[in-house]
Amino acid sequence: MSADRLLLTLSDSSDSSDGHSRIEILNTGGYRSDGRRQYELRTISIDLSPQGSGADGSASLTHGLTQVNVCVFGPREAKMRSQTYHDRANVNIEVAIAAFSASERRKRGRGDKRILELSQTLKSTFEPVIQTSLYPRSQIDIYIQVLQQDGGLLQACVNATTLALANAGIPMYDFVCAVTGGVHSTSALLDLTLLEENDLPNVTVAVMPRSGKITLVSMETRLHVDRFEEIFRLAGEAGTVIHREMRRAVKDRTEQLVASMQSVGRPSTGADVGDNEY
Amino acid sequence: MVEITIRKRPQTEAVITQRKFFKKTARGKVVKVLRERYLRDDVACGIEGCRECSTEISRLLPPSGGLEHQLFPNGHYILPDTNVFLAQMDLIESSLFNPPMILLQTVLEEVRHRSLPLYNRLKALTKSEDKHIWVFYNEYRSETAIVREENETPNDRNDRGIRTAAAWYNTHISLTHTPIRGQKQMPHPTVVLITEDAANRQKAEQSGIVSVSVRRYVEAMKDANVLLDLLSAEGSHNIEPTKAAAGRQALYPDYLPTPTLIAGVKAGELHQGHFNANQYNYLEGSVPVPAFDKPILLVGRENMNRAVQGDIVVIEVFPEKDWKAPADEVVDQEAIQKNDDAEDSGEEGDENDEEVFSKESRVLSGSSNQKPPSERQPTGRIVGIIKRNWRAYVCHIDSTSLTSTLTTSLSTQTVFATPVSRLLPRIRLRTRQAPTLLNQKILVTIDRWDSTSRYPEGHFVRALGQVESKEAEQESLLLEFEVPYRPFGKAILDCLPPEGEQWVVPPKGEFDLQNIWRDREDLRDVIVCSIDPPGCQDIDDALHAKLLPNGNIEAGVHIADVSHFVLPDNPMDSEAAARGTTVYLVDNRIDMLPSLLGTNLCSLRPFVERLAFSSIWELTADAEIVSVRFTKSVIKSKAAFTYEEAQIRKDDPNLHDELTNSIRLLNTLAIKLKAKRMAAGALNLASPEVKIHLDSAESSDPIDVEQKELRETNSLVEEFMLLANISVARKIEESFPQTAVLRRHLPPPKTNFEKLQDILRKTKGFSLDVSSSGALAASLDECVDAREPAFNTLVRIMATRCMLSAEYFSSGSVAKDTFGHYGLASEIYTHFTSPIRRYADVLVHRQLSAAIGSTPLHATLHSKSHVERVLDVVNRRHRMAQMAGRASVEFYVGLALKARGEQARARGEPDVREDAYVIRTFRNGVGVFVSKLGIEGLVTFKRDTQFDAENYTITVPGAKEEVKISVFDKVVVRIEVEKDKNTQRGKVKMTLVEPVDSSAF
Repeated sequence: MSADRLLLTLSDSSDSSDGHSRIEILNTGGYRSDGRRQYELRTISIDLSPQGSGADGSASLTHGLTQVNVCVFGPREAKMRSQTYHDRANVNIEVAIAAFSASERRKRGRGDKRILELSQTLKSTFEPVIQTSLYPRSQIDIYIQVLQQDGGLLQACVNATTLALANAGIPMYDFVCAVTGGVHSTSALLDLTLLEENDLPNVTVAVMPRSGKITLVSMETRLHVDRFEEIFRLAGEAGTVIHREMRRAVKDRTEQLVASMQSVGRPSTGADVGDNEY
Repeated sequence: MVEITIRKRPQTEAVITQRKFFKKTARGKVVKVLRERYLRDDVACGIEGCRECSTEISRLLPPSGGLEHQLFPNGHYILPDTNVFLAQMDLIESSLFNPPMILLQTVLEEVRHRSLPLYNRLKALTKSEDKHIWVFYNEYRSETAIVREENETPNDRNDRGIRTAAAWYNTHISLTHTPIRGQKQMPHPTVVLITEDAANRQKAEQSGIVSVSVRRYVEAMKDANVLLDLLSAEGSHNIEPTKAAAGRQALYPDYLPTPTLIAGVKAGELHQGHFNANQYNYLEGSVPVPAFDKPILLVGRENMNRAVQGDIVVIEVFPEKDWKAPADEVVDQEAIQKNDDAEDSGEEGDENDEEVFSKESRVLSGSSNQKPPSERQPTGRIVGIIKRNWRAYVCHIDSTSLTSTLTTSLSTQTVFATPVSRLLPRIRLRTRQAPTLLNQKILVTIDRWDSTSRYPEGHFVRALGQVESKEAEQESLLLEFEVPYRPFGKAILDCLPPEGEQWVVPPKGEFDLQNIWRDREDLRDVIVCSIDPPGCQDIDDALHAKLLPNGNIEAGVHIADVSHFVLPDNPMDSEAAARGTTVYLVDNRIDMLPSLLGTNLCSLRPFVERLAFSSIWELTADAEIVSVRFTKSVIKSKAAFTYEEAQIRKDDPNLHDELTNSIRLLNTLAIKLKAKRMAAGALNLASPEVKIHLDSAESSDPIDVEQKELRETNSLVEEFMLLANISVARKIEESFPQTAVLRRHLPPPKTNFEKLQDILRKTKGFSLDVSSSGALAASLDECVDAREPAFNTLVRIMATRCMLSAEYFSSGSVAKDTFGHYGLASEIYTHFTSPIRRYADVLVHRQLSAAIGSTPLHATLHSKSHVERVLDVVNRRHRMAQMAGRASVEFYVGLALKARGEQARARGEPDVREDAYVIRTFRNGVGVFVSKLGIEGLVTFKRDTQFDAENYTITVPGAKEEVKISVFDKVVVRIEVEKDKNTQRGKVKMTLVEPVDSSAF
């Protein structure tokens, strides 16, 4: 489980908030700036079709206008001895943020502190969830490509990684579903856009819906103690809502694969993803 | 348990629901902005009983609409567009104007964009009970959401959105009002679009929407005659759409380059001086320059050209025909700029600016030139600034300029900070913590003032604390008057004698290792006593007097020998020079010297041996000086009296001890000295001095205010101090003609008195002779009104204000014939008697000590430029300390008034009323002086009165007949302390009670 540190919008918040100060976060009619109400999540779209380059599993996910692509390679033989463990697989996560993804065009190299921090957070989130002990002396590579940012970057990365891992057939104990929650005055808001994220104290929570366990809590702003519990609980619940959506996407994809395999005339080998869990 | 759902946004609708655009920030960066929008079908129409829209909110619009309007007998809802709210807010706010109203989100957001203050007023209206306003979120309803088309301006897009929403409402109403079977078909109410834009109306008619102009709508209303008055004039013509960022126009003329300024000043074409803002009228300022008798008047924002109080500016004077007289109106910055917006003001020439501009120009033209030419002053404009005198200012955040007052908000906001001082303009600043800074006193510095910005821009330095908390108020006061108040540092404390509190005067003889007794007279046996105000800890003077065998009297003034402890050019000396003076506040004292010296080692406490610097005269019984000598000494005071104790002792006929006799002796001499001084033409001036009674030392809650009482003994001490100062001044001037530290009071220019003379002549028929101080003193004595005992004091106070302030100077720096002290009518003067609390006195001590050969003069005191430099600082500190002291008293008077008001209310009495005297008349108010409280106040009237500037009278409508009020009239005012809603700062508000009650107008 990850500690409650960090994570962020990878944009220069001071600048992007400039023009927005005239937009109300939550108006008296109870609508947010994009027409949602307090507890409504943004539209989520999931694409699990393979995305070239021969990845073992991939996923493309959008939360509203935030878009990330994840490719998973492995489990495969570890390339470097130094990162080989005799009893488990090594999980390697690399995040790349496209220069055009944020409001301000900015190239971030691989050594960028924010990016390292983000991949480290993801790594510590997923290591305990993936059944790494099944694959000793091997490594699982996860490449995350951020294409567009409009708030909830960490949440999108977590959800997309879960889907890509599932798609790659890597056994996990459970789904990991993350949602960001914030507080405006005393009202809780879920799934924040960039605009909201810049203005509100917020916390990202990742849950494992089956066990109800929390695998990640990340907070970069200051949130009043009295509000924390409510937001934390709500974000957790929202995670289960997201879970339904993710599970359906995985199921649809599997059905589609099964159907297409049957149409070719070969029986399913049963080695595919969806068997044990859902 | 709340329901969490995922809002689906179909990809097919992406054209309407998502947006991506690039924009350029103020700093020139290009930023990508992503927006999405979730359209819904559950945005309620807000009409009661609507079958399709369900809502749990109870305050809905009536189902049949408003039925009272003549044009729409079938019932109607009005749907005003943005400009209606921008231009006609007064109408909308009227309690008579309450048809059911649909307020579109598009309109609401546009208002918010244009003017936050107006938006806040509108928001308040939507919540008020007596208005029927429904906010319809048309941008989120799938049927009414629109996208801006190509080549469509944002304005046109919004207008189209408003029309679309109006059309939707009409169909919606007709759908949900379908007749229920068996009932008669009822005509349904119409939605009426209200707009001033003729083109918009035309387009609306084409698509079948009923639309009218505001005027036409109001004309057909029930209370049309009342409401039509509220229509603003701007309503009659179209308001230009907001000019885009391209239209950043310069609001102020640019400054001339520095070389041009310097050359111009040298050639005499331009003039240089300190800028003084006018505290009654923020659109006016003045700059005193040597070339003219009267200060140069600057009228209007452009002519003041971004100068801030205290800046050194360069002025171009207009030709004489353009000269103006100062305005006779009170112009409140807050009232006029109430609706100004922190974010765009000055950056875009929007209608807000125009509104402010038109109001300002009205004010300026009001102060026209019907004034007699004698009142005209040289008028000019600022063409450049030599030196900015900006510092950190104590401010409050203006709450209406905030976009979000939620403390959870982390976004940067541009807000206004209103300085506590009325002399300063509002400052615009950007901060992330605006909501938490509300109701606090904060420190703000000005960073720059561009010619394109109406207001200066600054940044937040730190918060001082809650408004009206003693700590914050005290600290803000010290900061405002630039009083250095930090505790003394180690280097400074190291300069104190190592013995600390145990320090004593060593016994005479071989144990005197430091040679303290060298050149020191032993006056320990002389009957010396000190007389000071009650609670005085820093006793710096003591007195004695005794009869000499030859019938003459020996009188001595003994001043604490501070220069023995404060040696030149060490850290303590530099710090004292920088502080210049001790600052006395009501509840605190900011020392110039560490308290070990000030209240202990130097303080001439009774019964202990102390080092002193004595000035001893031999006087004849008629108080003529036979001889004077100065000497360092050791004294042992026999008693420390308060003025009151000394007075009682003197007046007690049973006491005949040596101490009492010496006080009596001193007193008889003092009376003679005073008589002589008065005969020489000294002025007896008055300044309003009050005393604050504090509850107890700890709580320091003021209980009450009373005027300071003056006793005979006050005058006793004063006369001897004057005598000592004058004698010392002569001595040091004689010894050091180039660098002697002296104090002078220049005679005021005759023109300063012109106005007062005129007022006195016209209202009371007195004439004031200002040819010399003696003549002035004599004519002041004659200004007596038998019925008004306070009249004379009032005239004295006003005369004092016409004078210049006294200043320290170095004798070599000015011509010898300007050494004189006008107020004291002495040809030479200095300050010698309070070295514990004034730095000038320390210098004088050093010079006197050198003059009598006791110690050599430190090299720095031989340098004229050094002395000048030090005295410049001391003069400024002295002025600031006086103002800080006054402000502190004012604050406590305010607290006391508040307490008194509360007590009065608790007892069931109405309010605090006091007698006051009119000291100034304005077109729209009077300035009054409440002598009992020592405060000045302003009574303003909302509407203009008949103002007779010639005779300084105004005529106001009274209960039966019109009442004339002129300067010096006694009136009764009601005094309240009210909090400014915006800035939370307490303001003393005065209203006339007698002769007329002004609360009505």
